[in-house]
Amino acid sequence: MTAPVAHRESVPGHLLVGTPLLKVRDLTVTFASRGRRPVRAVDGIDLDVAAGSTVGIVGESGSGKSVTSLAAMGLLGKRGVTVTGSVEFDGEDLLNMPEDELRSVRGREIAMIFQDPMSSLNPVLTVGRQITEILERHKGLKGQAAKDRAAELLASVGIGDSVRRLRSFPHQLSGGMRQRVMIAMALACEPRLLIADEPTTALDVTISAQILELLRVLVKDTGTALILITHDLGVVAGLCDQVHVMYSGRIVESAPRRPLFAEPQHPYTTGLLASVPRLDQPRGLPLLPIPGSPSDTLPWAQGCAFSPRCTRRVDACVGHPPVIGPAPSRVPGHLVRCVNPVPYDVEEPTP
Amino acid sequence: MLKFAVRRLLLLVPILLGLSILVFLFVRALPGGPETALLGERSTPERAAAVRAAYGLDRPVYEQYGSYMGKVVQGDFGVSIQTQQPVSDEIKRRFPATVELASAAILFAVVVGIPLGFVAGRRPGSWVDNTSTVGSLLGIAIPVFALGFLLKYVFAVRLGWLPGTGRQDVTITTEHPTGFYVLDGILTGDLPAAWDALKHLVLPAIALGTIPLAIITRITRAAVQEVSNEDFVRTAEAKGMTKQVVTRRHILRNAMLPVATIIGLQTGLLLSGAILTETVFAFGGMGSFMAAAVFTRDFPVIQGGILFLAVVFVLVNLLVDLSYGIIDPRVRTS
Repeated sequence: MTAPVAHRESVPGHLLVGTPLLKVRDLTVTFASRGRRPVRAVDGIDLDVAAGSTVGIVGESGSGKSVTSLAAMGLLGKRGVTVTGSVEFDGEDLLNMPEDELRSVRGREIAMIFQDPMSSLNPVLTVGRQITEILERHKGLKGQAAKDRAAELLASVGIGDSVRRLRSFPHQLSGGMRQRVMIAMALACEPRLLIADEPTTALDVTISAQILELLRVLVKDTGTALILITHDLGVVAGLCDQVHVMYSGRIVESAPRRPLFAEPQHPYTTGLLASVPRLDQPRGLPLLPIPGSPSDTLPWAQGCAFSPRCTRRVDACVGHPPVIGPAPSRVPGHLVRCVNPVPYDVEEPTP
Repeated sequence: MLKFAVRRLLLLVPILLGLSILVFLFVRALPGGPETALLGERSTPERAAAVRAAYGLDRPVYEQYGSYMGKVVQGDFGVSIQTQQPVSDEIKRRFPATVELASAAILFAVVVGIPLGFVAGRRPGSWVDNTSTVGSLLGIAIPVFALGFLLKYVFAVRLGWLPGTGRQDVTITTEHPTGFYVLDGILTGDLPAAWDALKHLVLPAIALGTIPLAIITRITRAAVQEVSNEDFVRTAEAKGMTKQVVTRRHILRNAMLPVATIIGLQTGLLLSGAILTETVFAFGGMGSFMAAAVFTRDFPVIQGGILFLAVVFVLVNLLVDLSYGIIDPRVRTS
């Protein structure tokens, strides 16, 4: 159980106490399209990622977790998208960085892995070419040197016969293999931060466990910081030091992994935990979904966005936006955005 | 790959067999026959019957078909009723002109259409996009002969920049070893002749290439727009690839897949002759030749010409399919 904490110790101390590797403040993303009301997908996110640490961002579809990472990387495009706030990587402002400079940070300092490894790989280029092009771009490796390094990378993510595999096209590989290729590509330039956006959603369960284990070992060995974006609390449980739960574009609860699972205080987090089927419960019990859907929401300006679906709703939930503050549990780093949080000493409700 | 090519070539047999029957019946179903064109006003029932008998047209259709196909298998397409020359010689003389014109037209369409469609697809709503959309619609809507006459009037008659008729200036006499006039000029070292032939190609190629240009522009635009939204483009951006690499290697390469198909289909169409363009510019290729043969009911020419063009069409499409395998690895392995 100490494994995720262990790699923190390999990180130089000043990075932990000083500025975090990635510092996001008040990040807001608004999508506008002609003839429609602008949609605020991300609404004032604060996020710190320390060097070498693993941070989870959890939420339902549409909660803004992917948009957060894409906005930070400058990958959202320009048409109809407004991004405000600040994103600092190692002290450098990414949001106002000139295009060329940002392109040399992406892939070299910050890398990304996406959800669907089939559509995320170029179908007409060999796997080898897709890895060597990034080595060419950021490391200046060419020809055989780049190929050798690419084969090494494939081997390091557990792809056998890696020299021959360089000549494969994505469609000739299985889903798990493709995601391994994506990881090899992402780690090609030994980035300091890796953002994995639902890396296992498109894979079946056994493969997804292998991929997560691979990610865990690789970030630990290389001291890479990892942001893991997922809707699956099970994924977070095995990997993350710090977890942020997002709802409707805002963080509703932040906590180190243990308190989050042991003493969740936001009704949305408890709902997410309760909705995970458990093996230690008798069979035949009905699953406990959170009632309603993410579209039953309230603009944050008018109160808590989760209140229409919340079982702990009180009058104070509506009328003014709830602020995020230290959780009643008083665990350091545990923050919750709720006027009527779940009592922390009570076990999560189980029927 | 080879197996695929052989299988496609074998498919030619049923295609040609079916087509030959259709053409054979079709020309004989037309009102009138070669005797009407040959005899004209001198026609009497007796003379007409004599002509028909001379060409074997009085025999039952299946008998005519049988003896015709018997010769075709040996490579003999018969003799033109109008010119009394072997049909194969007539085709050999005119097909290079068609190939030259079609290639020039497709080249024009590709060289202008792909960059235009690309820019329009990358910046939808920009002035390039809007102009190319309006231009494409105009290009498809305007009749080829009208555009041909317009081009001829402005650039040949009014401005006098380019020749408006023929394949070569009548004062130029040069060897024609291949029948491709531009190539002939280069091969024989007669560069002025090649230059002159090239100038003769410009206007007809633009007139003929306008519709393919419009289609290629539209398809490129749609493909580029679609591919730009693909996940792997986002991956390339996330890898920090330069804008140029993202555009060329990742977007353009994938967007070319549907465009290649369209280019092939259009080339096939243009090679089967451009009657209107060839007529307007007095460009002696297969199109005007076949049109004349239909008017004079020159049965052997119509039959031979159509079979020949069908083979060309199938071969061109085979080449396109093979090239598809080169651009798209997914086709290659399956």
